[in-house]
Amino acid sequence: MNTNLYKYILSIADNSLILGQRMGALTGHGPSLETDIACTNISLDLFGQVRSYYQYAAKIKGDNTTEDDIAFLRKEREYLNVLLVEQPDTNFAFTIARQFLFDTYHFLFLEALEKSHDITLSAIAKKSIKEVSYHRRFSSDWMRRLGDGTQVSHEKVQEAINVLWTYTDELFHQTEADIVMVKENIAVDVTKLKDHYYNTVKKVLEEATLEVPESKWFQKGGKEGIHTEHLGYLLSDLQYMQRTYPNMEW
Amino acid sequence: MSEEQIKNLETQFEARIARDEKIEPKDWMPEKYRKTHIRQMSQHAHSEIVGMLPEGNWITRAPSLRRKVALLAKVQDEAGHGLYLYSACETLGISREELYEQLHTGKAKYSSIFNYPTLTWADMGAIGWLVDGAAIINQVPLCNTSYGPYARAMIRVCKEESFHQRQGFEIMIKLANGTPEQKEMAQDALNRWWWPSLMMLGPTDAESVHTEQSMKWKLKRKSNDDLRQQFIDQTVPQADLIGLTIPDPDLKWNEERQSYDFGEINWDEFWQVVKGHGPCNKERMNARVGAWERGEWVRDAAMAYADKKENRKTKKAI
Repeated sequence: MNTNLYKYILSIADNSLILGQRMGALTGHGPSLETDIACTNISLDLFGQVRSYYQYAAKIKGDNTTEDDIAFLRKEREYLNVLLVEQPDTNFAFTIARQFLFDTYHFLFLEALEKSHDITLSAIAKKSIKEVSYHRRFSSDWMRRLGDGTQVSHEKVQEAINVLWTYTDELFHQTEADIVMVKENIAVDVTKLKDHYYNTVKKVLEEATLEVPESKWFQKGGKEGIHTEHLGYLLSDLQYMQRTYPNMEW
Repeated sequence: MSEEQIKNLETQFEARIARDEKIEPKDWMPEKYRKTHIRQMSQHAHSEIVGMLPEGNWITRAPSLRRKVALLAKVQDEAGHGLYLYSACETLGISREELYEQLHTGKAKYSSIFNYPTLTWADMGAIGWLVDGAAIINQVPLCNTSYGPYARAMIRVCKEESFHQRQGFEIMIKLANGTPEQKEMAQDALNRWWWPSLMMLGPTDAESVHTEQSMKWKLKRKSNDDLRQQFIDQTVPQADLIGLTIPDPDLKWNEERQSYDFGEINWDEFWQVVKGHGPCNKERMNARVGAWERGEWVRDAAMAYADKKENRKTKKAI
C-alpha cells in the first residue's frame, strides 16, 4: 500500500467528514428555515466528497476495507483533520466564521488539487470545487451580513474570528507525507496558498467592517492526529452505531 | 357589498370548485375558506418543520455514510416542504412570522406523531415506512385540492414523500434481514410506531369536526376511517413480507370486506398527546422556540445589513 498517498487522502477527506458532521448536527436548529437548508446542504456536499475520497482510500488500502471502516472505525489519534473544522458551534457566528475560514482555504486547495497528477484526486477536486464555490459565497455573504449588520452581530462575529484565528495557520502546515506527495506532483503545496488565503480573508473581513486579528500565536497538531478535546465527543456520536453493533450491515 | 351580492359570489365560488377549477390567491374567496386553508396548510407546514427534529436526532449517529447522506437529504426535503407550504400560506395574507408565533404559542397544531421519541436507528426506518406512508395516504388526494398554491405544493411534496417512504422501508428490510439484534430493533420500532401511525390519520369520523366542510372544498376526499383502513390494508402485507409482526392481536383478514379488521385504538393516548402531554411535546416546542430565539440576533443582522445596502445604493443613485 502507498501509505503516503493513503494518509494524504485521509488528511483531505477528514476535514470534510468532521465539518460535515458539525454542520449536519445543526439541521433543524438554525436561525431561519433558509439558513437551515443551506447548512444541511453544505453538510450533504461535504459527506458526498468524503465518500469519494474514502472509497478511493479504501481501494488503496485493500483487505476489503470499506468507506465506513475508514469513516467510523479509527481511533481519535488517527483522524487527520485540521483543528479548525472540529471547533464547536458556540453560536451562529462561530458556525459562519469557521465555515468562512475553511471555505476560503478549501476553494484554493481544490483549485490546486485539480492539477494533481493523480487522476482520481483531480476528478474529485473538479466535482467538489463547484460545491465549494457555493459554500464560499454563502459563508462570505454571511460574514458581511454579521460583520456589517448590528452592533450585536458585529461583536459576536468579531469574537468568533478572534477565537478561530489561531487555527488558520495549520492549514498551510505540511506533514512528511505531504512533502513526499508534493514531490510526486500528487499533493498540493499548501505553503504556496498562504498569501492568497490571508489576502482573500482580509478583504472579506474589511468589507464586513471587521478587524483582522493581530495574534501571531497559532495552534497545530490535527494533521498529525493531535486534536483539541472537542473531537472525542464528536467521534463518540459519529461512531456510536458502528461501535455498539460491530460487523453489521445497515 | 350587500348580503345578496356576497351570497351570489359564494354561489359562484362553490360552483367553480364543483367544476374542479382552481382558486388562486387573487380570486375572491369566503373568509371561512381563507381561514380554514391557513389553518390546514400552516398545520402541515409546522408538521414538516417539527418533523425535522425526531429524525434530525439521528443525523450525527447514522450507522453508515450512505445512510447519513440519505437521512440528511430527507430532513432537508422536509425543510423544503415547510418552505413551500409556508409560502403557499403567505398567499392567503398571513406572514411567516405570524405563523411561527402561532406555532410557538401553541395556538397552531402540528402532527402529534412527532411528539414521540426516536430511540434507535430502526426508528428512522419505521418513520419513513409508517409515518411517511400514512402521510402519503393523507396527502395524495390534496394534489387535486381546490386551492391552487396548495395543490401545486402537494404535487412536489408527494413525490418526495413517496421516495422517503421507500427509503424507510428499505432501512427496515435491511434490519429485518440482518442479525437477530437488528431484527429485534426493527420489531421494537414497529411496536412503538404502529399505533401512533394509525392515530396520525385523525380521530374517528364520529369525532372529526372539520370533515364535511373540508370535503366540499376538496381539502379532504375520504374520511379519516377510510384512510386508516387503506393504510392498514397497504401496510400489513409489507410487514408480512419482511417478517415483522404488527403489534395488534386482533388484526385479522376479513374475507367478506376484503380488508383487515383491527383492534381498538387508544384514543385517550391520542387526545393526551394532542393536548400537549405526549412524551416529547415540551422538547419539540423548546427546540423550535429555542432555535427561533437564539436566531433573533442573526435575523436582525440580516435585516440591518439589507437596509444599509439599500441605503448605499440609493445614495449612489442620487
